[in-house]
Amino acid sequence: MARPAKFPLALVVRTVAAWAVTLLLFFPLGWLMLTAFKTEMQAIHVPPQFIFTPTLENFREVQVRSDYLLYAKNSVITSVLSTLLGLLLAAPAAYSMAFFRSKRTRDILMWMLSTKMMPAVGALVPIYVLAQQASLLDTQLALIIVFTLSNLPIMVWMLYSHFKDIPPEILEAARMDGATLWQEARLVLLPLGMGGLASTGLLCLVLSWNEAFWSLNLSSAKAGTLATLIASYSSPEGLFWAKLSAASLLAIAPIVVFGWFSQKQLVQGLTFGAVK
Amino acid sequence: MNRFLPRALMAPAVATLFLWMIVPLVMTLYFSVIRYNLMQPEQTGFIGLENFEYFVTDPSFGAAVGNTLLLLGSVIVITVGLGTGLALLIDAPFPGRGIVRLLLISPFFVMPTVNALLWKHMMMNPIYGVLAQVWKFFGATPVDWLTDFPLGSVIIMVAWQWLPFATLILMTALQSLNREQLEAARMDGATYLQQLRYMVLPHLARSMAVVVMIEMIFLLSVFAEIYTTTGGGPGDASTNVAFLIFKQALLNFDAGVASAGALFAVLLANVAAVFLIRLIGKNLD
Amino acid sequence: MAYLELQGIHKHFGTVHTIRGIDLKIQQGEFVVFVGPSGCGKSTLLRLIAGLEVITDGSLTLDGRDITDAPSSKRDLAMVFQSYALYPHMSVYDNMSFALRLAKADPAVIREKVERAAKILNLTPYLQRTPKELSGGQRQRVAIGRAIVRSPKVFLFDEPLSNLDAALRGQTRVEIARLHRELGATTIYVTHDQVEAMTLADRVVVLRDGVIEQVGTPLELYDRPANQFVAQFIGTPQMNVVAAAQVPQLEDVCGLPVPAGGYVGLRPENLTLTAVGQGQFSGKVELVEALGAETLVYVSTEGGAQLVARQSTRTSLQAGHTVGVAVDADAAHLFDAQGRVTRTGASAALAGAA
Repeated sequence: MARPAKFPLALVVRTVAAWAVTLLLFFPLGWLMLTAFKTEMQAIHVPPQFIFTPTLENFREVQVRSDYLLYAKNSVITSVLSTLLGLLLAAPAAYSMAFFRSKRTRDILMWMLSTKMMPAVGALVPIYVLAQQASLLDTQLALIIVFTLSNLPIMVWMLYSHFKDIPPEILEAARMDGATLWQEARLVLLPLGMGGLASTGLLCLVLSWNEAFWSLNLSSAKAGTLATLIASYSSPEGLFWAKLSAASLLAIAPIVVFGWFSQKQLVQGLTFGAVK
Repeated sequence: MNRFLPRALMAPAVATLFLWMIVPLVMTLYFSVIRYNLMQPEQTGFIGLENFEYFVTDPSFGAAVGNTLLLLGSVIVITVGLGTGLALLIDAPFPGRGIVRLLLISPFFVMPTVNALLWKHMMMNPIYGVLAQVWKFFGATPVDWLTDFPLGSVIIMVAWQWLPFATLILMTALQSLNREQLEAARMDGATYLQQLRYMVLPHLARSMAVVVMIEMIFLLSVFAEIYTTTGGGPGDASTNVAFLIFKQALLNFDAGVASAGALFAVLLANVAAVFLIRLIGKNLD
Repeated sequence: MAYLELQGIHKHFGTVHTIRGIDLKIQQGEFVVFVGPSGCGKSTLLRLIAGLEVITDGSLTLDGRDITDAPSSKRDLAMVFQSYALYPHMSVYDNMSFALRLAKADPAVIREKVERAAKILNLTPYLQRTPKELSGGQRQRVAIGRAIVRSPKVFLFDEPLSNLDAALRGQTRVEIARLHRELGATTIYVTHDQVEAMTLADRVVVLRDGVIEQVGTPLELYDRPANQFVAQFIGTPQMNVVAAAQVPQLEDVCGLPVPAGGYVGLRPENLTLTAVGQGQFSGKVELVEALGAETLVYVSTEGGAQLVARQSTRTSLQAGHTVGVAVDADAAHLFDAQGRVTRTGASAALAGAA
């Protein structure tokens, strides 16, 4: 920036400072990663151990004790299906808004975004009651519906901005070349929009996977997601830190990695485009 | 054809979102003016504003509002303040910058319940937790975080999780800063601090505003961390408005009062939303 | 092959009346240029013909067939877009063959047509590249190639040269003219650059605010503009148009019958600079532009008129000099207060051509 970056001392200072702060901030996560591979005794060892022989027994135990796979399956199913459903609903709307703009397009988009701004707790009672009446408590379906609707505004918004970046003349050229609307969408729009669809889907996947509010309130033993599984470790008996770490690590690892890939989408999506 | 198609394409998304907005809203309005306990659903009847009265006069109400504002304010100040510093620190290239970025943003993608328990047990446990060890290392008595500073602990957890968000936004905004402007200032004799004050921070002001507003909206609904760690306590020391509503609804099963509370929360959120909408409205084209 | 007719074409965008009644007949094989200032509706008109916008009122006939309501895909027209609009994810070959593939033509026929078009446009070595790997000029040729392959009834060009740098523009202009000679296709070409209009067109359509100001061959528009707007739009430097009051000598000394409140138009080449005292009036030199092959001298008069004179010889005049101005009165165009022409100038050049 303004600092004379060619000055090696300044560079060294900055590098050290940046790494120090980063390691400090990352420490809790790093500690989690380490603890997942320790035995319970090592996990609570005072002083904390950095060198130890890693073991995989926690990962096994977690499955045996709390049926980890069931919760993982629920997480996967609810995230993936809500993402697909969301894309299915959002893509046509975004296409329409991007290529058939009208005076009301902006207002509709703003309205959609505003629905996302309302606190989830505001809808807790009605949704809970509805789910109860429809016998949908503790089902995957309920979660899928709620996740989809929660993320829909962001998905429409993100797909809309991606589609807007496609020059409309390219689609017009396809039309002049004789393509029907369906051919236009399939042969030209889809290949060009694939990147946008993928990154929007990724973001939605991350948001659904991490979703805790509805998961905690609408599901428990049967449709519980990993978020609820972890919550149940809040105060169990006996030594459990290593197992908690293992379960947590499994729960967060894929998403953190996905998150690395969707940084830009995150900025755009969660700030509703206010920061480019 | 020309007018039908675009509307038909938008219809599914618009219709479902409309239902998602209207149905809960109408139901909440209805529940808020009747007596409705989930355990005794037959006993029902119009009771006007009694639910609102009850919610507002709940001894925990004042605390909940205060805690909400405190939580909001603290997290915002911490994340924006530290976030700006971090963004400035890693703005210019240095060895390993890519990895640093990845490490810094990771906490944001951790699910809230993992975040909560990570801190509750591994970091904040007064005997075996890492923080306790550090305190002991320096010869001080370890702090029992969750008991003595319940709200503070929640603030730490939430701030840790949202710091990457603020940092990422501000980093992105920094990248769009016009370097030539800074060079011109340098030639005019401005020191680093002066450049910061007169050029960088004003440029960041808008993004900071966005971060503040977004956090205001999302932090109003902090729930999972409180649920998983302190359960709102001890007493109501770490109860916020969202958790209070939850308590009424699913612990007391009083849907009427909870709905009244929900409307209150929505009102709060609207205040922030109005500003945000105006800001992003300008950006939409 | 094609004969295109526009009758009473109107286009409304909401409340904005963009195209206000266009009637035009285009013959087969003609190269017609739509030209006009920005916002005049020339691109809109082209898009109406292409079917990319819906015609609000009026009818469009192509080769005897009414295509007013036909979708773009069924009009048998090809368009070359200003931004080229190539399909970024397809190779040059696939770009050019797309339309034929959609029409399910025989692959062998497709190959032959694409290769022939590629040869004409010197694109053969690039057939397997993607648009990303091509330069601006090459992309433009692919856009043209895509249109040629289809052998459409009419070619539509939307300001194809505006994204090219100046050198390439001149070169490509010549190539487009050559293509038209070789293929003989009916072409409608939109541009804001009147040099392109003058050099490429068989006929020029001058548009302003959604109406046709004048249609004619380039030289007809130059020599016999129907109104002040066309007179000043065509020709570089712009025709000198002055109010009679600013240079009273035009009425008094030259005896020009200027209508009340009207204007006199003189092309720069119809003004000759003389020694002070000679000529019909005098003026002060403001600026001399020596372009090599010709020299432009900017002169201001007492009455406040700013004139440009053009001569093919060098001059020793400099800013500040006083100079006499001689006017070829016969060549003057006279316009009334509304800009309509009341008398067309008869220049020596015209006389020579006849």
